[in-house]
Amino acid sequence: MSRPLISVRNLGKRYKLGAALSHNTLRDHLAHGIRRLFQSNIKIQKSKIAEEESFWALKDVSFDVAEGEVLGIIGRNGAGKSTLLKVLSQITEPTVGEVRLRGRLASLLEVGTGFHPELSGRENIFLNGAILGMSRAEIRAKFDEIVAFSEVEKFLDTPVKRYSSGMYVRLAFAVAAHLDPEILVVDEVLAVGDAAFQKKCLGKMKEVGHSGRTVIFVSHNMGTIANLCTRGIVLQAGQMRFHGTAAEAVQQYQKTISSCSPDERERPAHVAYLVPANDKSDFKITKIEVLDFAGNPMPVVATWDDVVFRIHYRCSRDVSRGSVVFQVSSYDGERLILLSTKPDGTLPLALKAGEGAVDLAVEKIPLTAGEYTLGVGLAVPWIEYLCWNPDLCRFSIFPKDVYGSGLAPNTSRSLITFQHSWREVQP
Amino acid sequence: MGNSIVETERVLRPRHGLAAINFAEMWRFRELFVILSWRDILIRYKQTYLGIAWAVLQPVLTMVVFTVLFGRLGKFQSYGTPYPMLTLSGLLPWYLFSNALSQSSNSLVASSNMISKIYFPRLIIPASAVLSGAIDFLIGCAILAVLMPVYGIGFHSHLLLLPVFLLVAFLAAFAAGVWLSALNVKYRDVKYIVPFFASMGLYVSPVGFASMIVPERWRFWYCLNPMVGVIDGFRWCVLGDKFEPYWPGFFASFGITIVLLATGLFYFRSTEKTFADVI
Repeated sequence: MSRPLISVRNLGKRYKLGAALSHNTLRDHLAHGIRRLFQSNIKIQKSKIAEEESFWALKDVSFDVAEGEVLGIIGRNGAGKSTLLKVLSQITEPTVGEVRLRGRLASLLEVGTGFHPELSGRENIFLNGAILGMSRAEIRAKFDEIVAFSEVEKFLDTPVKRYSSGMYVRLAFAVAAHLDPEILVVDEVLAVGDAAFQKKCLGKMKEVGHSGRTVIFVSHNMGTIANLCTRGIVLQAGQMRFHGTAAEAVQQYQKTISSCSPDERERPAHVAYLVPANDKSDFKITKIEVLDFAGNPMPVVATWDDVVFRIHYRCSRDVSRGSVVFQVSSYDGERLILLSTKPDGTLPLALKAGEGAVDLAVEKIPLTAGEYTLGVGLAVPWIEYLCWNPDLCRFSIFPKDVYGSGLAPNTSRSLITFQHSWREVQP
Repeated sequence: MGNSIVETERVLRPRHGLAAINFAEMWRFRELFVILSWRDILIRYKQTYLGIAWAVLQPVLTMVVFTVLFGRLGKFQSYGTPYPMLTLSGLLPWYLFSNALSQSSNSLVASSNMISKIYFPRLIIPASAVLSGAIDFLIGCAILAVLMPVYGIGFHSHLLLLPVFLLVAFLAAFAAGVWLSALNVKYRDVKYIVPFFASMGLYVSPVGFASMIVPERWRFWYCLNPMVGVIDGFRWCVLGDKFEPYWPGFFASFGITIVLLATGLFYFRSTEKTFADVI
């Protein structure tokens, strides 16, 4: 075996949280500069702030990827997966450490990067292909194949803004699928299109994996990782927790997610959301705890578990008739259900200035195994949202074989599963 | 295959200090540059009802307004040339510059999606945006070619030098575009500043008048505006010897352009690595 295609050594990436906030405009910057002329001590304060408000999205990550390996990267949101892909794709520069790449690398962090709505399907194939690093000759040679794969032959000369979202995604994926680099970096792009097309994409990915291509792959779907990958890495809070076979990595991930020690800087495992310390808004959701009906922390929630969401909030002033709103959406953001204390939940709620909390008890949560998005906010019913974020946090449902059939229902089949029974009757 | 892989080993590590422009890499991405310019041009003329007509109307209307304003009402010296030709020969390079400037200064922010999702040499973006005004310019040249015989201006050998001044105009626009596009990533108010300076520039640069009317002792300082040299040179090519540029001034203009370009590239290269993080 020759040298690895990719070797990552002590890689670290630090982001400054304050930097994005402090001087957004030239005007602010100039004003700050002038102030500093008169106050020499401001500089010291600033460097202190800089230290506090930076965090390591990746720290001390080292691994090798051999030729032909399909490496899955697993971790919770904010664990550093996307940052790692961005550093490998050369989109952002590491703060410390280095990456050695031997071979042409193409990254697919999104399907349809650079697609322009005004341009036709044909034009976008050339544009997107070039952006992904294909030469014009290469695109021309593969053009028919791409068109056939995308199933949009008839609309090739229509501007893509008139495409349905399914057609758009199919075309975009078709271009990407015909990339031919030595190293391919892929982020979650499989979660697109209808079921039939997803199957086709998965087939294509498998084919890529088996063709001896080196692939690095991030997904929230443990099944996909276990299926497609040969090796796996678990990231947690920017650090590498495990590196081994894909199956071991998936196991390890499920273990870490259920046994987070509370002294870690990361939030405890049963807390779905924790407000960032620097959030200065008047109304905010500060914490969402996930508990069982007895009030014990519940780090892992599976299909049909009884679960309590304890929603903590903070208000800057009294609101005599308020409400707490809770929404569950699919991972792609499609709303599944919207609940609220008032009007439909019939809990009249006077929000007092300061801290408050409500419990939302859900019997036999009817969600199948997979990733969901929770949206939580405060509102004055029918009038306004005091605070609202439909993508407040991610929430995982773990597989449970609720039918006793040997198959735990998961999102690849349907998002919802409620208690039901079948029986045969006379016609 | 093994050998070809070894040849292309790349190391990604934090970059410190000065970074030279990687010309080899730029060359590898030349097709992307071509295709992005092609996209910008295509989009410019798609879905616009006026489309090409606008490219004709804009210089012609401005030419009429300036001729009335400066030529008739202001009675500016025209040095024996029909005033419409004097303004049109200034308008063409000016619009080339201001189009390129506004397109390229906004180009990086407009491509934020690409920048945060894929790697390519970022310089390609403002560079290809600069070219997007080239079609408008060619249309303007066609108008000029039609009007020259109408106003009795013959074709002469100076015209052959046009491409040189054209290149200087592109360089000036590129220099400003590189600076402003990179600044725009960090400071979003640049977007409001550019249109203001672009509309000021139309009057400050010798577009509606010949730069000879600027008093002799101010002439050199006037030329520190990089567009002065470009417009003077362009006018000289079109209208002939009467409009020979003030050469020390021209080279000062050109020098400023080069300095702007060099510092702009330097600033661009040193902030480029953070684009994806702040955009």
